Amino acid sequence: MWVDQILQGVLLGGYYALIACGLSFMFGVMRIINLAHGSIAVLAAYLVWMVAEQWKISPFLALVAVLPVMAAAGWLLQRTVLERSLRSGALTPLLSTFGLAIVLDNLMFERFGADTRSLAPNIGDLAFNSWSLPGGITVGYLALLTFVVAVALLGGLALFLDRTKLGRSIRATAEDADTAELVGVDSRRVYAAATAIALMTVAIAGTFLAMRATFDPYAGSTQLIFAFEAIVIGGAGSLWGTLVGGIVLGVAQNLGSQISPQGFLIAGHTVFLAILGARFLLAGRDPRALVHALRRKSA
Amino acid sequence: MNEAPSISVQRWNAVSVAAVCSGVALIVVLAFGPSYLGAYLTDRLTTLFIYVILAAMWNALAGYGGLVSVGQQAFFGLGAYAAIRLSNAGVEVYAALVIAPLFVGALSVPLSSFALRLRGGEFAIGMWVMAELAHLLVNLDGLVQGETGTSLIALNAFAPDARRAFNYWTALAVMTALMVLVFLLLRSRTGAAIQAIRDNEDAAASVGVRVFGTKRLIFVLAAIGCAAAGSLTLATLITFQPKTYFSIQWTAYMVFMTLVGGLGTFEGPVLGAVIFFLIETIFGTSGVWYLVGLGAAALVFSLFVPRGLWGTLTERFGVRVMPVGYRLNVLAGRGGHESRRNAR
Repeated sequence: MWVDQILQGVLLGGYYALIACGLSFMFGVMRIINLAHGSIAVLAAYLVWMVAEQWKISPFLALVAVLPVMAAAGWLLQRTVLERSLRSGALTPLLSTFGLAIVLDNLMFERFGADTRSLAPNIGDLAFNSWSLPGGITVGYLALLTFVVAVALLGGLALFLDRTKLGRSIRATAEDADTAELVGVDSRRVYAAATAIALMTVAIAGTFLAMRATFDPYAGSTQLIFAFEAIVIGGAGSLWGTLVGGIVLGVAQNLGSQISPQGFLIAGHTVFLAILGARFLLAGRDPRALVHALRRKSA
Repeated sequence: MNEAPSISVQRWNAVSVAAVCSGVALIVVLAFGPSYLGAYLTDRLTTLFIYVILAAMWNALAGYGGLVSVGQQAFFGLGAYAAIRLSNAGVEVYAALVIAPLFVGALSVPLSSFALRLRGGEFAIGMWVMAELAHLLVNLDGLVQGETGTSLIALNAFAPDARRAFNYWTALAVMTALMVLVFLLLRSRTGAAIQAIRDNEDAAASVGVRVFGTKRLIFVLAAIGCAAAGSLTLATLITFQPKTYFSIQWTAYMVFMTLVGGLGTFEGPVLGAVIFFLIETIFGTSGVWYLVGLGAAALVFSLFVPRGLWGTLTERFGVRVMPVGYRLNVLAGRGGHESRRNAR
């Protein structure tokens, strides 16, 4: 039973990595924690749901239609809100994206009402079929697909950052925007492109959110918290760390749910806070810092 | 003739003396409120006092400490919960309402060692996670019965009119005490440190400001204040449903009031609270569009009016109302120009 719970936790971690991917990417490039991240994921879920219902098509096809819309929204978000926020001090991005989250949540409530929605009915067998493994362990098709997509997306992003011209510009700007400008990188364009990419990953995450469970207009805050926990556990700004963080969070939650019904959330939050605390205790005893100090001494 | 410029530090001026006097007078007039206000207005003003507390506390955190928290509902909810627990343990109910925030304040001291190590967005969401955790743990308490909640039954011993008046006075007294505390804190030596941290944390540390200790002071003060707002809200609502108290909407209200009024000013949050209160009184909490408006206002003010209404107005007209800062008067010889610098 424990093996099963841990396996399900790992698969759940794949979903958390998926939802955390965009948040992590934006933090890595712009040092912004986008407090509207969860709300934007829910918005994407509604868009995919609307398209899928309207034309009676598969959510995966609907996602293809929604991706460019979300990319445009990302570009717009950067140009209208984030760019100005970035220029006006460290607190402003938090305040403006928090305001944006309230606006989005309530506009969605106004438009879609309090009913919960789900894309699970639109994907047929995928929603509930599973493979049976020895020992009574089952692996859901959708859970495994989510995990695979998360790994593919993180890997794809890593490749993109490594191999393409835009990817290199993004890394250069993340490292030092002013210096990147000196060698001809337009940081405004790079930031806008990065936000567009981030929101495309959010669209994918939103689709899986809608397929694996139900969602409602106010579901965004929970998604934001889980995404953030995954990022911090895995080490902020690192894409593969996000996957590890998501897995740790998912496993902790699943094991917690074995203890009590509320244990799912309590265990997740507790592990998050414990890892943050441990990080502070170990700070200053960072092995890399030690190596660095030794090297300097010998030089 | 060239005299050395005579420099004097001015803390009071005619406007600020008048402002403090009228502030005191206003509190005195308000203290007799229940005898002339009527039931509806007495209740409404109690709510206003709670809003002023919330706005002032969030402003102390974000405006002076540079700490944007989206988890202050943790202390709000814990304040109400502690009051329930104390009352249940046999403490007189109004005493419980006032003591509960002190318990929460004591709890916030160890929490601060942890929370204050977080930076920027980490602190914001870290506090939120703590609020979620506090909510879940309170739900586990048998007395609260999960989301069903419970009530502050001891309040039923009072007649409605007496309860209304007591709530009003308690809220007024707590608000006044907290505002005086913030005022004295800002005027003290620590106040100079706080304002230095607000302007530039690293620079403040480099001239010997104890950044961590000062931030801890603000953090604990804000915890006590938000807990007081929570216990006072419990006095007005009587029922305790964890979901209502640990809701992020309280932080949304705080952010709106502080940003619109003026982040990092003493008077701004009061103005913001009054504006929020008027909007709520006139339009009613008419659901969704009202919340859309609050969020949009927070978004627009943070981007385009970062100093809020109060900060923008005082900057434009060069007035200073509450004497929490220093003004340096440099008079270079006779008829020399006066250069003024507001250190606030």
